[in-house]
Amino acid sequence: MSADSLTRVAPDATSRVVLEARNVVKTYGHVTALDGVDFELRAGEILAVVGDNGAGKSTLIKALTGAVHPTSGEILLDGAPVHFKGPLDARHAGIETVYQDLAMAPALDIASNLFLGRELRCQGVLGSVFRRLDKKRMREEARRAMSELKFRLPSIGNAVEALSGGQRQGVAVARAALFARKLVIMDEPTAALGVRETGQVLELIRSIRERGLPVVLISHNMPNVFEIADRIHVMRLGRRAAVVTPQSHSMNDVVAIMTGAAAA
Amino acid sequence: MSTATIASQQDTPSLKARILGTPSVGPLLVLVGFCVIFALTNPRFLATQNISIILQQTVIIGTLAIGQTLVILTAGIDLAVGAICVLGTIVAGKLVNLGYDPVLSMGIAVLLCTGAGLAAGSLIAGLRLPPFIVTLGILGILTAALRLISEGGAFPVRDPFLAWTGNTMKVGGFVLTYGILIMLALYGFVWYLLNQTKWGRHVYAIGNNPEAARLVGIPVRRHLLSVYLLAGFIYGVAAWLALGRIPNADPNAMQTANLDSITAVVIGGTSLFGGRGGLIGTLIGALIVGVLRNGLTLAGIDPLWQDLVTGILVIIAVALDQMSRRRS
Repeated sequence: MSADSLTRVAPDATSRVVLEARNVVKTYGHVTALDGVDFELRAGEILAVVGDNGAGKSTLIKALTGAVHPTSGEILLDGAPVHFKGPLDARHAGIETVYQDLAMAPALDIASNLFLGRELRCQGVLGSVFRRLDKKRMREEARRAMSELKFRLPSIGNAVEALSGGQRQGVAVARAALFARKLVIMDEPTAALGVRETGQVLELIRSIRERGLPVVLISHNMPNVFEIADRIHVMRLGRRAAVVTPQSHSMNDVVAIMTGAAAA
Repeated sequence: MSTATIASQQDTPSLKARILGTPSVGPLLVLVGFCVIFALTNPRFLATQNISIILQQTVIIGTLAIGQTLVILTAGIDLAVGAICVLGTIVAGKLVNLGYDPVLSMGIAVLLCTGAGLAAGSLIAGLRLPPFIVTLGILGILTAALRLISEGGAFPVRDPFLAWTGNTMKVGGFVLTYGILIMLALYGFVWYLLNQTKWGRHVYAIGNNPEAARLVGIPVRRHLLSVYLLAGFIYGVAAWLALGRIPNADPNAMQTANLDSITAVVIGGTSLFGGRGGLIGTLIGALIVGVLRNGLTLAGIDPLWQDLVTGILVIIAVALDQMSRRRS
């Protein structure tokens, strides 16, 4: 297998490995979803994960975020082995995931959704005894996060359901960026978006990288992947078929590796 | 222009937008409209004495509707509202009549009502059974059990503490019962919980999108349990208010309380699909029903018309909710 030799040609191959999977296997009965897959996410990069349907992309991501438990194999965060019991564990460890259905409460406003499950309380007695939410501080923080990410929104007090698909996606991505300490994982963030909105979301993903957080991007959209990714992890039949870069390979090459028409 | 200035410019919506955006404005206009009509057609309607009567008649349903609002906000429904409240009146009445301390008796009654809420919540959150079925079952069980306990009949409850909530005080010409004040205090307390605390936020989030709530780490089942628990407690307090209004424990009472409380919640603008609405709307909704009944009675109109008009209001309220949901 030449996957390892390929990672070495990546431009930032010397950067620190943030998240790593070693020889991870996941079987459901006699169905093998992951067949000894390796995975490496390096500091400061956008790593795209591509693969045909059933190649094991989503199972890999679920294994990395604790949503499924690997049958065997190892997952390491910053070099230390981790055993996530569930997605919450991964979140506590600093891994934020943007789910395809965005995990938003549409009737609540943008600030409420950004802080959903992590609401801020007032300082002092108001917070400790009366458990009062600090709505003002949450709005301010939300506004700051959105402007830091250079993402335009009509108003932080708008209900999420009043936003366009791209804006909603922006809120979901901003939430991940606001709370992630180690890395952000995004599942098909540009599916269902128009051209202009896709551009905005890609811009957002770049600004997360600029803030120093590595990003794992699961996508079917090859042009997007080639536009934004530093490296591309290609899944095939539950394994890592190759890791390539947009510079070293063409879209056709990657599709060929995905489908098995070409060896990596 | 930078994004930051764009955000801050539009961050505080205009007063007009804020008023129109408040969900309880519609119901409030309906309430004011009815009041104006009744006041114009009958001078007695606005008499302080009559307003006191409307409030007193609203107390029980108004209080039960607080719990119902909580449950409906989580996209549930509570059909055991009336039955749990009757459980409270029967238990408190029985214990007092057996010679137990009235405060202890009422305390035990409220505790049992809270327990009934907990039981409903455990089945709904723990076994993931539909709220409609669980509370329908509890309604049946409690109704039958209470009739068995009280041997079918109503019995008088004569105790100054249990009747205390019916005592009156004068506030600037208005005769208010302590029951009214307790109801308003409960509204204030639960409003605070819903609007100013994490707990309330999570009630809305669960009703809105339970899967999202779970993904962001809200303990959905435990939270649902706490909602039904609090609702049960409120029904228990409502039992005390009921004994203050009528010092009689009747296993056959409150048969319409379920639908009346749902009516108040729905007319108040809370969505039956969960996650939208609020407590102020419910208070207004309960008052609309109270004002309607009172005004039509004062006008000497057949009581059947009250139910007819209430029915129309419920359908209009639900239609408006559906339309606004479809638009967004």
